Amino acid sequence: MGYPAVPPGSPTNLGRNGPRVKEASPNEAPELGAVDTMLKRGKMEWAIRVEGLTKAYRDLVAVDHISFQVREGELFGLLGPNGAGKTTTIRLLTGLLQPSAGRASVLGYQVPSEIVQVKKKIGVVPEQSNVYEELTVIENLLFMGRLYGVPRRKRRERAEELVETFRLAQRKKSPARSLSRGMRRALTVACALMHNPRLLFLDEPTAGLDVAAARALRDLIQGLHRQGVTVFLTTHYLEEADLLCERVAILVRGRIAASGSPAELKKATQGEPVIEVRLEKPVARFQNSLSLRLPGALTTAPNPGVLRIVGGDPAQALEALFSSARETGARIVAVNTLQPTLEEAFLKITGLSPTIMAKEKTR
Amino acid sequence: MSLRDHLRGIWAIVEKDMRTYYLKPPAVSWGVVFPVAWILAFYLRNPGDFVGLLPGLVTMTALFSSTAAEAVVINFELRLGSLERLLLAPIGPGTVFLAKVLGGAFFGLLMSGTVLLFTITTMPVSANARVFPVLFLSLLAFASLGAMLCILVREVFEAQTLLNLPRFVMVFLSGVVYPISAMPTPLRVLARFFPLTYSVEGLQAGLSLSQPNTYSLDLLALSGFTVAFLLIGMRRFSARFK
Ligand SMILES: Nc1ncnc2c1ncn2[C@@H]1O[C@H](COP(=O)(O)OP(=O)(O)OP(=O)(O)O)[C@@H](O)[C@H]1O
Ligand SMILES: [Mg+2]
Repeated sequence: MGYPAVPPGSPTNLGRNGPRVKEASPNEAPELGAVDTMLKRGKMEWAIRVEGLTKAYRDLVAVDHISFQVREGELFGLLGPNGAGKTTTIRLLTGLLQPSAGRASVLGYQVPSEIVQVKKKIGVVPEQSNVYEELTVIENLLFMGRLYGVPRRKRRERAEELVETFRLAQRKKSPARSLSRGMRRALTVACALMHNPRLLFLDEPTAGLDVAAARALRDLIQGLHRQGVTVFLTTHYLEEADLLCERVAILVRGRIAASGSPAELKKATQGEPVIEVRLEKPVARFQNSLSLRLPGALTTAPNPGVLRIVGGDPAQALEALFSSARETGARIVAVNTLQPTLEEAFLKITGLSPTIMAKEKTR
Repeated sequence: MSLRDHLRGIWAIVEKDMRTYYLKPPAVSWGVVFPVAWILAFYLRNPGDFVGLLPGLVTMTALFSSTAAEAVVINFELRLGSLERLLLAPIGPGTVFLAKVLGGAFFGLLMSGTVLLFTITTMPVSANARVFPVLFLSLLAFASLGAMLCILVREVFEAQTLLNLPRFVMVFLSGVVYPISAMPTPLRVLARFFPLTYSVEGLQAGLSLSQPNTYSLDLLALSGFTVAFLLIGMRRFSARFK
């Protein structure tokens, strides 16, 4: 309970449980116009379609001819480092910025020309939690309800429901300025949901939150997704994109470097199986012994007491591992086979260091 | 989107701004206490015809109160990002700007209305029906002038400073304390470029202190200022989000 109900006529979520449709390339996809008509009739199609969207600020091209689609009901992530153009993309799609070139449609309406129709059906959570500091939690929600024309009685009901869902019930009469950062973020998301949007934009929803608050918010986002709300979020946390999103597009310097499901992106980097061994304490001769036994594989020591075997036959590698341990007296505490991470995929696809993603913002 | 959507949005914004910013000590003291103290100080310095100062008192209150919190409702919210909430709502930037102007005008009406009521009940002046149109139009002209100026700059303090310029220039040159007729010709010509001049003139007629010879002209001028400030302001405001 507590999540927005699926709006009437909106399609059920095909993203998670339904058939996975391979992302259509622009030449496979129907004409924009045809798609839009279908969408207006309530048939499942693209919640967002973007073609060659571009935003230039004087000499800087912040978003450079990007094209992508988001299915109705999908949980889509735009992943990219600071300054990649994530916020600019959201602002273009929500009518806060005018594109320099290209076109976009949101829920079947052209942006920016039909933005008013779009605004009624989308919720936007900006990068900065911008609730009204002077208003209480409940007043913030009620105000948003009024702004979107939610009828009076519904407004109360919905606001009460949202404070429960977002665990703000005990603070509902506190002014927003007294909230912790996590609570304020939760309130910002709740505000975006007052009018039951079909599509929710979230600009770095969990940036700056502690682990528990971030997890709680991710659970809520996932809950919305299960209710059929289309979610478009940006993040610079690779792990978040991996955990949360069905499909991601990697944005680097205003361009989409790759897109696909996290699994597909990871597959792009797959090839060599990796086995990681953890020793009780570092044993100098262990790595040498191991590499002698495994001529076809590469052994690396990322940390003291940790070894990785990359490539080769996994069965042979395991055998060699135990033989070397016996020989050198090393005590093995753990053996893991490593799945490639989205981080590695990112590294391979973009050629950038994943650490640039983790950097805290300096603004 | 229907007119009702716009009106509902405007009223929601006006009511919220009233509650969060206007009906608070800073706006009230700047909007009323300051003009009253100013006029009283002027009177104590040159005791004489206090009744003659009343149109100035009411219009100055209208000017100061209608613009009292505009830098906050516009620039402060722009800074915090909360103004973006309004721009994301299904009402368009023009309507948001209009709501900010109407909020200022509404607060100005409460404040100058109170002063006016106090004036006509305690002073030997008799108000006539001409008071209302001139007061309404003045409030709209001042509020849209203020909002237009606020949108030209980014920071709250810049907006406050910018707003003080027309406020004080007009208080000196628009006949609030010094009658325009006693001023040298260049200043008299200059005074015609300020909306406050027409407010004072119109209110003199509204308080039956002068013949309403120029009354229609005053209303016309105030309407012209309002439309011009509103159009420029709305345009600038929308351009800010391009
Ligand atoms: N109003 C503006 N004027 C000029 N340049 C801008 C403006 N807004 C953004 N930019 C530039 O556009 C680029 C993309 O910015 P954007 O905010 O979209 O990045 P982002 O991916 O959201 O980054 P972050 O992770 O830091 O939020 C940056 O280089 C930024 O400096
Ligand atoms: Mg950003």
